[in-house]
Amino acid sequence: MLRIDQETHDAIVAHAKRDHPDEACGVVTGPEGADRAERFVPMVNAASSPTFYEFDSTDLLNLYREMDDRGEEPVVVYHSHTATEAYPSRTDIALAQEPNAHYVLVGTREHGNSPGPVEFRSYRVVDGEVTEEEVLVVPTREEPRSQP
Amino acid sequence: MAVEVRIPTILRTYTDGAKAVTGRGSTLSEVIEDLESNHPGIKERLVEAKDGRSDLRRFVNVYVNDEDVRFTGGLDTTVGEGDQVVVLPAVAGGDSSTTVAGGDSSTTVAGG
Repeated sequence: MLRIDQETHDAIVAHAKRDHPDEACGVVTGPEGADRAERFVPMVNAASSPTFYEFDSTDLLNLYREMDDRGEEPVVVYHSHTATEAYPSRTDIALAQEPNAHYVLVGTREHGNSPGPVEFRSYRVVDGEVTEEEVLVVPTREEPRSQP
Repeated sequence: MAVEVRIPTILRTYTDGAKAVTGRGSTLSEVIEDLESNHPGIKERLVEAKDGRSDLRRFVNVYVNDEDVRFTGGLDTTVGEGDQVVVLPAVAGGDSSTTVAGGDSSTTVAGG
């Protein structure tokens, strides 16, 4: 199960809507081994494409260095599908290389940049095996540990 | 030349869980050969044959002292004593309906 707070959930959805029709991407990091999605980090889609996403190589290095310094790992890796359902594509499955991450897919095909509901689904992708999991959105609390 | 090589989570099965290992060589290619001798199987995850010669896999990023080696000579990039090599899998994917060259032909993906 993915447990995610309302504010982070909404930030991911807003990012997906903003970048529609291109795919949006990013991570939510958290303390290593704790499975707590705490720090929302939107990333630039270097591919600027409606059918592909890839973190920029320099951004990727900076992100992992920052996580290293903070003792964090990517707890959520999210991206959007803008024309099809929010289910991992064959490309997503082939390229999933964070075995500990929750892969979140946001589907924006219905309302695009406009307000309205989106699909928000989460998966584990390990060795080519996809397992969908429940998403539990919890109220955002004031948590001093998540402050910079 | 001894260099520190940072290993991503997905490849730590080859390094007994170590986040960093020592590699030796004067080029990235030599460092990877040295890694392979101590951690059999890891080379296959980093390198593939492309047009008859070895090249880094498309969705693996390697940095020497923070420089992406794609801009510094790829596998021929020189390394020096105390340099740091960072290996990071690309974070990529998408609802691509076109063929993505993401490995050898058996892992070519299409559809979605």
